[in-house]
Amino acid sequence: MSDKHEKQKSKYTLDRQIPGAFDGETVTRRRFMTATVHTTGAIAAASFALPALGLALGPIFKSTPHRWETVGTVDNNYTPVVVTLTPGIGNAGEATVYVRKFNPEIDTDIYDRGKQFIAISNRCAHLGCPVRWVDAAERFICPCHGGVYNLLGVPVGGPPVRPLDRFYTRVVGEYVQVGPRFSVNSKLRPFSPRDPGEPLDGLGQYLYPSRPGAQKL
Amino acid sequence: MPKLPAPPLPSALKAPPPRPGEENGKATPVDHAKEAGITVVDWVDERTSLSGAARWLMFRKVPKGTNWFYTLGSATMFAFLSQAVTGVFLAMYYRPDASGGAYESIRYLTNDVFLGQFVRGMHKWGSTVMVVLVFLHMARTFFFGAYKYPRELNWVIGVVLLILTMVMSFTGYLLPFDQRAYWATIVGLNINGTGPLVGPYLSDFLRGGPEFGATTLSRFYAIHMLLIPGLLAVLIGAHLYLVAKLGTTAPPWQKAESRSELLEAEV
Repeated sequence: MSDKHEKQKSKYTLDRQIPGAFDGETVTRRRFMTATVHTTGAIAAASFALPALGLALGPIFKSTPHRWETVGTVDNNYTPVVVTLTPGIGNAGEATVYVRKFNPEIDTDIYDRGKQFIAISNRCAHLGCPVRWVDAAERFICPCHGGVYNLLGVPVGGPPVRPLDRFYTRVVGEYVQVGPRFSVNSKLRPFSPRDPGEPLDGLGQYLYPSRPGAQKL
Repeated sequence: MPKLPAPPLPSALKAPPPRPGEENGKATPVDHAKEAGITVVDWVDERTSLSGAARWLMFRKVPKGTNWFYTLGSATMFAFLSQAVTGVFLAMYYRPDASGGAYESIRYLTNDVFLGQFVRGMHKWGSTVMVVLVFLHMARTFFFGAYKYPRELNWVIGVVLLILTMVMSFTGYLLPFDQRAYWATIVGLNINGTGPLVGPYLSDFLRGGPEFGATTLSRFYAIHMLLIPGLLAVLIGAHLYLVAKLGTTAPPWQKAESRSELLEAEV
């Protein structure tokens, strides 16, 4: 240790022989000025950076109101109906939903009890391509990467990680209405809507949390 | 008869000696015109000292064995410049409107604008060329061992540049807003979503909401033409600075020349 450090042990600037030091002063004016300028700069930068960041990240936390759309007549077979997920952008905001009447012989899972209609999304649970119902195969088939689902929307082949998403349905008067989307795991247990490619079995439901703005129905 | 010396003239009567640089007569306007370029460069250099930096950057010593593989980095940079220039002019016609305006503006640009198809083609194919060149440049660096000390930081910057280039490709792919652009982006967004824990938030951020919406396209457009190009330009600058600062490596097959007479002399 040199003498220089020995001399600067005192916390008072007066004891450290700094020119112009005040009695009882512990922070040099140069140091105080530096800290002030840095703080001011940080506040100035944050005052435009934080609002801009909030503007970019805000939509993650935004909750969108539920939409209910009336669909036409529905029978025991899958009927494709087009619903609007995002209004105002034409076809890009639309999606197809396959709707059929509840069939107690097929829909035996406990989570389906008491339903009148089954509405299945055409959004593939692999990466979101549009699946279509093929009558001859009695399967939903995805054109992109070969995902195959059975009548209940449960994957029976290809890369999908969970069954096809479903939509809530309700009957208003004599009309069937399709409401918000929800996701299901392989036991058809309902979850808040997730994006495709996110498994919901086991740890999946914790690794892929639902949106902060998702509303319970 | 010896010649007598001439009497000394007063200095005021003597002809003045030629000014430096005027040995061949006074400078004419033609001479000034000939040197206009140098004059301008001198004027700037006197006030900025930029010529030193330019010499430092461009007149570097390169190792023996430097070959055409060493031009891949410059080629990538020129691909980026080409993308930047064509992109600026494409932006004069593009409209990021998800309800049909985007597709229509691209259709108009491609079919009706003079040279529109050509400039759009340069941008479209140029993006593929840039990705290919990035990977070739990376392979050259890897196989020549040019990532080793003291050039590790430049490798790291290069990897960030690679990622940003891929982000450019991903965000640019949506902009034509045709069926291929739309579905490829849906798939790409969902691939982003498969990242554990952060994935769902990342795809929500990219979409600007839970579903593909009206602002998704403008978000991609802003990222594609403002955010990432700015980052790319800054990082390319840092990448180049380090290349100039550290110099380039000799190819691995280049042997150090052992000059036997020197070795003997030292012994």
